[in-house]
Amino acid sequence: MALLSVDELSVTFTAKGRKDSIAVDGVSFDVAEGQVVGLVGESGCGKSVTSLALMGLLPAKGVRIGGRAVFDGQDLLTMSPQYRRDIRGSQLAMIFQDPLSSLNPVVPIGVQITEILERHRGMKGEAARKEAAHLLDRVGIPDPARRLKEFPHQLSGGMRQRALIAMAVACAPRMLIADEPTTALDVTIQAQILELLKELVDQEGTALLMITHDLGVVAGLCDEVNVLYAGRAVESAGRRDLFTYPTHPYAHGLLGSIPRLDAPRGEPLRPIRGSINDRIAWADGCAFAPRCDRYTMECLTGTPELTEPRAAGHQVRCVNPVLPKSKAEVSA
Amino acid sequence: MTTVTKKADKIDRLAELMQTTEVTSGASLWREAMRRLRASKMAAIGAVVIAAFVVIALIGPWIAPYAPTAQTWRGDVFPNRGEFVGMRSGNWFGLDHLGRDVFSRWLVGARQTLLVGVVSMLIGLVVGALIGVCSGAAATLGGRAGQRVDTVIMRFTDIMLSLPSLLLAVSVAAVLGQSLTTVMIAVGVVQIPVFARLLRGSMLVQGGSDYVLAAKALGLRKRRIVLTQILPNSLSPVIVQATLSLATAIIEAAALSYLGLGNPDPAIPEWGVMLAQAQRFFDNEPMMAVYPAVGIIITALGFTLLGEAMREALDPKLRG
Amino acid sequence: MSLLELEDVKVHFPVKKGVLFDRTVGHVYAVDGVSLKVEAGQTYGLVGESGCGKTTLGRGVLRLVDITDGEVVFDGTDLAKLPAEEMRRFRRRLQMVFQDPLGSLNPRQNIESILSEGMAAHGIGANQEERREKIKEVLAKVGLPVNALSRYPHEFSGGQRQRIGIARALVLEPDVIICDEPVSALDVSVQAQVINLLEELQKSLGLTYLVIAHDLAVVRHISDVIGVMYLGSLVEEASSDALYADPKHPYTKALMSAVPLPDPEAEDRRERILLQGDLPSPANPPTGCRFHTRCPWAQPKCGIERPALVDAGDGHKVACHYAAEIASGALQQTRPTDIGAVTETEEAVTEQPASTAETSVTLLPADSTTKPDPETVKEKVPSATEAPSAPTADAVVKDADTVQPGASGTSSDKTD
Repeated sequence: MALLSVDELSVTFTAKGRKDSIAVDGVSFDVAEGQVVGLVGESGCGKSVTSLALMGLLPAKGVRIGGRAVFDGQDLLTMSPQYRRDIRGSQLAMIFQDPLSSLNPVVPIGVQITEILERHRGMKGEAARKEAAHLLDRVGIPDPARRLKEFPHQLSGGMRQRALIAMAVACAPRMLIADEPTTALDVTIQAQILELLKELVDQEGTALLMITHDLGVVAGLCDEVNVLYAGRAVESAGRRDLFTYPTHPYAHGLLGSIPRLDAPRGEPLRPIRGSINDRIAWADGCAFAPRCDRYTMECLTGTPELTEPRAAGHQVRCVNPVLPKSKAEVSA
Repeated sequence: MTTVTKKADKIDRLAELMQTTEVTSGASLWREAMRRLRASKMAAIGAVVIAAFVVIALIGPWIAPYAPTAQTWRGDVFPNRGEFVGMRSGNWFGLDHLGRDVFSRWLVGARQTLLVGVVSMLIGLVVGALIGVCSGAAATLGGRAGQRVDTVIMRFTDIMLSLPSLLLAVSVAAVLGQSLTTVMIAVGVVQIPVFARLLRGSMLVQGGSDYVLAAKALGLRKRRIVLTQILPNSLSPVIVQATLSLATAIIEAAALSYLGLGNPDPAIPEWGVMLAQAQRFFDNEPMMAVYPAVGIIITALGFTLLGEAMREALDPKLRG
Repeated sequence: MSLLELEDVKVHFPVKKGVLFDRTVGHVYAVDGVSLKVEAGQTYGLVGESGCGKTTLGRGVLRLVDITDGEVVFDGTDLAKLPAEEMRRFRRRLQMVFQDPLGSLNPRQNIESILSEGMAAHGIGANQEERREKIKEVLAKVGLPVNALSRYPHEFSGGQRQRIGIARALVLEPDVIICDEPVSALDVSVQAQVINLLEELQKSLGLTYLVIAHDLAVVRHISDVIGVMYLGSLVEEASSDALYADPKHPYTKALMSAVPLPDPEAEDRRERILLQGDLPSPANPPTGCRFHTRCPWAQPKCGIERPALVDAGDGHKVACHYAAEIASGALQQTRPTDIGAVTETEEAVTEQPASTAETSVTLLPADSTTKPDPETVKEKVPSATEAPSAPTADAVVKDADTVQPGASGTSSDKTD
């Protein structure tokens, strides 16, 4: 039984006098305890909106949310705001991309952490302060007792992200949602943070939903990966399956288009043509068709279904998937 | 529509999508701002009010039923005893203390008010913008010497800003003597530092942007960078301020007239002067003050509405 | 003779304070003595993390920021000493592509006007007709439709905007293009398009690139020679393949091991070298080797003596006292590089506010980053930069002083 089970989640932004814009168009995935699941895709694929919808952080007005997101037997999308607030922080916590704007700039780090401890764990005074120092120590912030008194702007970027992680894990949540947690950081700092997350998952058995645009981050961290395009998952697979046999033309193209550190110099990149645009909705056919090398007439007859053309558990939303033997042709 | 043609349509559309990458119209930011402005209700209301005011100002002297200075009904009012006639069929806004038709005076006075507002705003805008451009250009591209020039100019405008605006206007008026030109210059001078600071600040922001850096890297001459790169992008707040300051200029001009520094010539009525004159008789005939006051307030509101709408239309954050 | 040669280039930004009169209270040592050579027709990749001074160096070459000291010799002319107007004319031959494709295009000019601006400034094309023809030619080269001419930057996608930025440089027919993070603002699938375009253009036009980026994979892909920067200076320089095959500087090793690979097998196999703490502030750089405060192999000498960039064979240059010992495995690590580097709170050196300078000293002279007194900084830096192998007595004494209080050699005595 999965800890979080998202079923056909859709988010539509509605504004008066404008066409509705579908940000998430039927995303489904499961996250089990102790599992790391990745949502990967480029800007505009709906990965961040998905996380905000799960946390109940979308504005109430001008947004239509559909589908279900069952967390521990209860639907996150329909529960009362009061109940959701209780769950948020204590059982479900989020780490954001920009640590500076997610921390209160005028309140010391220590107060921000003890607040959470007081609210969700009922700790008071000295005990809360001790626990806060312990948490900072846990995420590798040196001299935690002093850092507790400091304000967010006095910390470096990596330090802030650690403080944010400390706040997220303060109540030993059962699940963490990390939205591009390392995008704003330098690569050596990113490595520190990723190792830290990995260790937290290993030691505490926390489930982690990792949202990122970086396929490299996914490859090192995630057990299951969902590749999103224009608001829908186009490929879902275990990381080994996905990276060894990328089957959807988009995932395949994406892997072919990133320069790799370990590739010999001079090997040409195979970019995907064009750029993302929302002029084909999934309802009309495959949204990736305009950029796809393999598109046929069939691509435009309604939304392609998720199938398992290659192996069990490796789901692909494509009528012309890149299968191993044809993969050789393509790369040849 | 049959499925076959529908499908064919889709393929056509797809082909088209693959051919052209973008199909937008080539609209400049100014044009898009205009489009947003036209769609704004606030702008529409403001524009209607302003248009009405301008029309009155233009044709007022011709449609005024009586001469504004003719003391035709001298015998009907007894200001010393506090006896006025109020609204009546021949004189819609009643009579003033000299027995003149207030409605006619109001219509004719609109022109003076508009003139004072526009001219003083233009004085502030032109002089202020010139100072601002010099200061901004010196600060962004002039190197260390330029920054020193900028500092001196800005300290000077700071001094001007720190003086209470009415006091500054009164001092100017005291030096130049009592006349309509005095009012215009006085009110205009007050606006100079506002425009100067605004344009200079805006230029400083733009001067630090990447496209200005890119222009330097291209090897553009400094004058060209200021004129084609920095300045066009710095004008939005100045345009908004110009509209808003028309409102304040009208009010300040009225205030100066009210203080007796305005036009002494009774042949040319002006709303501020009318307000000043009505003050003495406010207990007995409050309406005499209300008409010019309402005129000033509504006109100022019209310009403010338009200014705010322009601010929204020009805000690049709302670009969409 | 190389097309572009940088000789000990320094860019120091004064830090000013004061109410009425600005007083210089210190300097940010953004670029602190960089020498490199870019050969004609080649790509030199400059890689480093934010704050290492790579962008400042790129701008310094074009004199978009003032160079404090050093030479920038382009085709035999020292740009650093050129009068402003001559420098302006030289900019035709040295162009730049910026990181933010939208921000670097004037939002109120259409594409034709953006592209002809530079041509007019350098007198290319007799009239607008001629310029338009040239522009159309370049637009075709960068893969943009001709009808782009009358449009405005905000009407294009990110990748197309970057193509416009490249076209703007190309219309001037430059010899060198400095690409400052040319793809980092773009989506992954679009990055490859722009990288391929840059490579094609180089091949067909014989361009020379100085590519500045934080993404080692991108730099490795397009560069012939790579220079790794840390805190204002080069720590290693080698050919792209040599650097990947055999990184010699500890920082390069760590950087390379930190780049995530889109390959689960490789990710599981490889060993990460995690670094402790964050980049020290360039306003107050550590003495000696800039990297010694985070280096897993740091030795006492590293905190005193600044290593020079020396050839370690086959043109592979490295600035490390112990590169050979580290390579041979003779040197023991003095700091953890596994998860312990992240979670164990040794008094890791970070950009601490100056007021905290009195906190403890570790077994390394680590807290030399946190000297509060700007006067000390001023004295220290010239000695450290001018004579890396022979620091002045003053600097040594100062550093010895800082080490003394912590002579007990215990680490992490502050955590409780």
